[in-house]
Amino acid sequence: MTWEPVIGLEIHIHLKTRTKMFCRCEVAYSEPENTRTCPVCLAHPGSLPVPNAKAVEWTIKLGLALGCRIAERAVFHRKNYFYPDNPKGYQISQYDEPLCVDGRLVVPGPDGEPEVGIVRAHLEEDAAKNVHTGSAQGRIAGASATLVDFNRAGTPLVEIVTRPDLRSADDARRFLQLLRQTVVELGISDAEMEKGSLRFDVNVSIRPQGSDELRTRTELKNLNSFAFAAKAIQREVERQTGIYEAGGEVEQETLHFEPGTESAPPLRSKEEAQDYRYFPEPDLVPLQPPAELVERVRAELPELPGARIMRLAAELDPDTATDLVTSGRDALFERVPGDRRAVANVLMNQFAAAGVDAAAVDPEEFGKLIEARSRIPRERLIEALAASGTPGFLADDYLGDGLMADTSELEPIVDRILEANSGQVEAYRGGKEGLLGFFVGQVMRETQGKADPKVVNELLREKLST
Amino acid sequence: MAITRDEVLHVARLARLELTDDEIERFTEQLSAILEAVAKVSELDLSDVEPTAHPLDLVNVWAEDEPRPSIPVEDALANAPDREAGFFKAPPA
Repeated sequence: MTWEPVIGLEIHIHLKTRTKMFCRCEVAYSEPENTRTCPVCLAHPGSLPVPNAKAVEWTIKLGLALGCRIAERAVFHRKNYFYPDNPKGYQISQYDEPLCVDGRLVVPGPDGEPEVGIVRAHLEEDAAKNVHTGSAQGRIAGASATLVDFNRAGTPLVEIVTRPDLRSADDARRFLQLLRQTVVELGISDAEMEKGSLRFDVNVSIRPQGSDELRTRTELKNLNSFAFAAKAIQREVERQTGIYEAGGEVEQETLHFEPGTESAPPLRSKEEAQDYRYFPEPDLVPLQPPAELVERVRAELPELPGARIMRLAAELDPDTATDLVTSGRDALFERVPGDRRAVANVLMNQFAAAGVDAAAVDPEEFGKLIEARSRIPRERLIEALAASGTPGFLADDYLGDGLMADTSELEPIVDRILEANSGQVEAYRGGKEGLLGFFVGQVMRETQGKADPKVVNELLREKLST
Repeated sequence: MAITRDEVLHVARLARLELTDDEIERFTEQLSAILEAVAKVSELDLSDVEPTAHPLDLVNVWAEDEPRPSIPVEDALANAPDREAGFFKAPPA
């Protein structure tokens, strides 16, 4: 029998507002613990929450970008649970009247353009950060204390829930890449997993191909990268397949991949959503997003990365198109003349490895490099790419014949340039090694492009390291 | 009784409360009395009445995204039963 994966995602992103969701403490990531708190986010009796207007607007913006219907009326609810990250004893969240409902995101892949339904995108507050201490690796089991930092408590958090529309681990990865790029380009979140401003959980089940049943699912939590998530999903699909093929039954369970990082305690499987005892937050009045606000935000939407991926996938392939767009290199790609496939390959391989900012590159000069790439030595191309973001970069400097390769000729020039740019020399020695390209460029200018970049590089490295 | 002993135990567990037998019995009676009193409302025909979550006829009460000073960490920790460096210290979760 052929088995079909059925995958749904739940994504949380921090909004990069200046202040928290329900108080005006600054949102902080690296401040000393408990220095961004107030009576509201510490849950002192008598304090009252006031929603952040910008967070509401940005959630609407995301909802529109995801093709959601923006609710005419949205309500905050209390989600009750008891845990040290939650001083009020409840999280202010949204329940049956969220801000954004019923959207979709098209995720181009090798098997077409699957449309992933968005059940909802709602606004809530993040919990405090818990540090479990007292045992090796800070794992929960055996911890002797829980230390609590409330700087994160109350950070605006959007929860996005998809329908179980994804059919492969790679589709899930592409969806996450595209969603992340979308929120980054909307300017509403930096969506960095390392920082905790993007987190997600995955629901996985399988079913016989062609069936529309929904079988028991397992939940994968605390996955720390998109690539790792794709692997974990694939493994879980294989595990479930093995169980069914052996005549067994999959049990509902939660698989934690990074213990100790959860923010809300997972419900035990026997517990139900009703155990959160949701009820409307009496301290907050409903939201009724004004039509003029929604229309203004809609008019401000930029061309979305999903649309750009589809446009580029038509001339390349979905994965390359996704990589170009989600790495922010597609704008350069579209401006560089020449063979499309070659430009894309160089951008995603050698150029990506050089770590040069795509926005600093002159597309015409870049196009000359691509055009000449098979005629020049590979190292020369790599050197040229490394220098391609330097102001005044000329491809011809790396492409000409009759190169000056004599060190006795080049050394005085290099010395002169280092002397004339002592500030940059100091910065380079202080760790700004990207400046190498700058020095190379200067030597090239001085020699009208005749210096052999390889020799110049060697000379510069030697002199700069002493 | 509008609420059972098991339901009281369940709710107590969700709030991580440990109750004595006497308390379980007393709270079962008290919570039942409260629920029965509130249940009076269901004797009315409210089919035409919108659910009212809030007594105020207001919407969109919100504030601009402008930071205000937070409180000093020493004030934040002043009521903490236990602390470690700048952290609140709680029993292991």
